Amino acid sequence: MFTGEIPIYQQLADRVAEDILAGTYPEESSVPSTNEYAVFYQISPITAAKGVNLLVEQGVLYKKRGVGMFVAAGAREKLRVKRRAAFSERHIAPLVHEARLLRIYREELDDLINQEDSK
Amino acid sequence: MTNTIEIDSVTRQFGRVRALDSVSFAVPEHSFVGLLGRNGAGKTTVMSIMAGQDRPTSGNVTVAGHDPFEHAPTLAQISYVRDNQRYPDDYRLHHVLRIAPNFAPNWSPEVAAELVEGFRIPARTPIKKLSRGQLSSVAIVLGLASRAPITLLDEPYLGLDVTARAFFHTVLLRDYEDHPRTVVFSTHLIEESASLFDRVVIMDKGRVVLDAASDEATETAWVMSGTTPAVTRLTGNAQVLSTSTVGGLMSATGFGALDSETRELAQELRVQIVRATLQQLVAAYGANDAASDRKEEVRSA
Repeated sequence: MFTGEIPIYQQLADRVAEDILAGTYPEESSVPSTNEYAVFYQISPITAAKGVNLLVEQGVLYKKRGVGMFVAAGAREKLRVKRRAAFSERHIAPLVHEARLLRIYREELDDLINQEDSK
Repeated sequence: MTNTIEIDSVTRQFGRVRALDSVSFAVPEHSFVGLLGRNGAGKTTVMSIMAGQDRPTSGNVTVAGHDPFEHAPTLAQISYVRDNQRYPDDYRLHHVLRIAPNFAPNWSPEVAAELVEGFRIPARTPIKKLSRGQLSSVAIVLGLASRAPITLLDEPYLGLDVTARAFFHTVLLRDYEDHPRTVVFSTHLIEESASLFDRVVIMDKGRVVLDAASDEATETAWVMSGTTPAVTRLTGNAQVLSTSTVGGLMSATGFGALDSETRELAQELRVQIVRATLQQLVAAYGANDAASDRKEEVRSA
């Protein structure tokens, strides 16, 4: 279910972060346990813990001892700020690169974005 | 993290054949370690030494703080199922299931029953008449239902169908939550089991060629592809494990961090650099040796 280019723990953290951004897991709600992630994605429990802990370190998730893992208050805003910082590198740079190769100029690019946005 | 298994400069000599040549690695507690490499690399030899069924010619092996050889308290913590496990001729499944708990203090009849049903192992067929895949299933039942703190699985996937392989992973991971354990797998089905390993030990010709966390291993391994002169230029100072060329194109698999200068030059020369998968890395280590052997033969001829 995960691909080879990015470390698995990173992909797990990304996916959980996306679910939080999309509102699948609202703030203060519980997320699946490390072991449930391990079983679901068929990954080593140590790798799953590494991914989840990444989000704990970022203050996105927090542990309630003996209860489970929860989405922290303000987690969505935190993730938004972080993903915004990476937006240019992750999305704009490849877009501009590809557009240049295909000789799609600014005006046409704007049209394409407007079309996609109005879907 | 403490180490459950420590292999220290282990050499195993069978007559004139050196099956293990100064092998050292450690298995951290509660980790899943993939023991990978070509046929004859030494995987089974090192496994049977870890399991206390064989002794090194020289070097030390420590399992749960002890030399496992003929040490009953240590052996009681180990579940080891060989890929060619033999059973008495007239044995059927129920004989095996009745005897297994004698060797496994933590035996779980529930896990065993669930696995037998999920694998659809025929109850009435004598074990010796089971198919290769069904034999593997029996081995996995023994390996997992034992709930041993140390589980050694030698080629658990042989002949196993795709549904059974996923089922095996699910039961192992689910049972791990309440009964965590240290697991060492040897396998050739790397693509499929790669995400299960948090560490990998790659062996070749009786030596350990790589011992690393899975993520680190593939993060530092790469495949470059482009025109032959461009790839040759870029790999000049790098540790290249294997190359293949077709027409004017070359792909090279290597290990070691690449600096930003190399990456920029690659872009300029239109050479693509991607992370190598674990499977590509293992194949490259195997091929690497094969290539250097051929060179030696040429020289001596």
